[in-house]
Amino acid sequence: MYTLVMLCILCKQKTATFHLTQIVDDKMQKVDLCEQCAKQKGIKEATGFSVADQLFGLGASQEIAQTASGVEIRCPGCGFTQADFKKAGRLGCAQCYATFAEGLEGLLKTMHKGTKHLGKVPAALRQGRDLTDRLKHLQKKLDKAVTSEDFEQAASLRDEIRSTKEQLESVPTRVTS
Amino acid sequence: MNMHEFLSPPADSARRTGPHDRIVMSSRVRLARNLRGVAFPGWAKKTERIKALEIIRPAVESLPQLTGAFSETMDNLGPLDKQILVERHLISREHAAKSSGSGLVLNKEESLCVMINEEDHLRMQALRPGLQLRQAWIAIDQADSDLERKLDYAFSSELGYLTACPTNLGTGIRVSAMLHLPGLVLAEQITQIISSVNKLGLAVRGLYGEGTEALGNVFQVSNQMTLGEVETDIVERLNKVLLQIIEHEENARAVLLEKKPKIVYNHIGRAYGILANAHSITSKETMNLLSLMRLGVDLAEFPSADRALIDELFVVTQPAHLQKQFTEKLVAEERDLLRADMLRDRLRQVSRPNPRPPGPGGAGLDKRN
Repeated sequence: MYTLVMLCILCKQKTATFHLTQIVDDKMQKVDLCEQCAKQKGIKEATGFSVADQLFGLGASQEIAQTASGVEIRCPGCGFTQADFKKAGRLGCAQCYATFAEGLEGLLKTMHKGTKHLGKVPAALRQGRDLTDRLKHLQKKLDKAVTSEDFEQAASLRDEIRSTKEQLESVPTRVTS
Repeated sequence: MNMHEFLSPPADSARRTGPHDRIVMSSRVRLARNLRGVAFPGWAKKTERIKALEIIRPAVESLPQLTGAFSETMDNLGPLDKQILVERHLISREHAAKSSGSGLVLNKEESLCVMINEEDHLRMQALRPGLQLRQAWIAIDQADSDLERKLDYAFSSELGYLTACPTNLGTGIRVSAMLHLPGLVLAEQITQIISSVNKLGLAVRGLYGEGTEALGNVFQVSNQMTLGEVETDIVERLNKVLLQIIEHEENARAVLLEKKPKIVYNHIGRAYGILANAHSITSKETMNLLSLMRLGVDLAEFPSADRALIDELFVVTQPAHLQKQFTEKLVAEERDLLRADMLRDRLRQVSRPNPRPPGPGGAGLDKRN
């Protein structure tokens, strides 16, 4: 019976039982190791990029530390540090993305298609955003009407602005971060 | 409710059908979501995790799609129960390792499954038999939209949904399908296929996800990138690649049958021989041989068997499922004996493979290349 047998990339002799994939500079890096070589490299468990770091001495988790310049950054939200990220390959809380933004940027670039979210947006946030845009637009029109002394239009614009503001206030704000 | 009373018997779940299920065993779309202001599960303290679970669980249970669902905290599930869920691909191995502060909500059809406090606060997945990525996306998108009204998600307009691991950032989406590719393996084209799929930024993994080998010629293909792309584009891209892999697999089978039928029939015949007659067999060997029998069913070599029987055996011969049938704790060697007993018994109803007769001029020898 044929099964997919991968050889260890280090000794190239034994069957690799330890597999890892990571992307570095838009290139997929596959790490396949046998148990013995993995042990020699001090790898016990797959813990994200830190393993690849040990092997390749570059990449992922180092980037986040570069911003440090000797000073340890600690997330005000959860107390997470770069050292923790290096160890776990995971962040501590949502706020970590802001805390470590600088260091993460390069990492995200190598990992993803882009660095700006283009997908789904929670409906409440989307609605709030639309209303905010509309409000700005109405305000501009009002300024114009006032300048041109078109008070009739200004009055009706003021009404519209008031009702838009009311709508905006009724939108659940909890997701708008 | 008792998990085992809730779960569909493997004989039933193996009978679910979908487009291209000859090759695509199942489709899955999962979304990762987190609560704002609460540390991610891997970093949160236990009390914080429990608090998050108490917020999330009722919100999930209240989804109309999850009416009458099975809902349980992970500390209330024994190791055997958890392993059974893993063997059925309903939860990840990582989630099986979780205890108090983590939970699971699963619907009756086993088509919607929410893991609470896995790596992220929420890992929700829609599952479908066969190739149904679009349907799975629509289902999970709906569930997510319903949930966002009840839960305060961590979301940034710049980076999208914020996840514990930056690899899931943005859409938090993982679209994947489980493929049975014995033809490509036998034709020794699988390595090539895997490397070209990898070049497209897609991952190919074994049966149980990250770092597992492709037991039973089953491969999981999934997207890797989650940021900078719209969900539906990711779904469509994977769908397109899967259709190509299906074509390659069908071609590989046709070419093998045309050029090397004896090799194919030999593999299938031997697989049947061992499965139907062994008195001790490991789960790994079982899966690899069942894969060949599944190929045999696809090639109409077993008129008295159907794919559902093989797919059922795929599940029930795995360690936890086997152990479940016996009250006393079995060691691996004992399981191997009982597995063989079960296979002999179940395959008694299946008569030996009946290869198609060689075509005109076929002297029963494979053509040389």
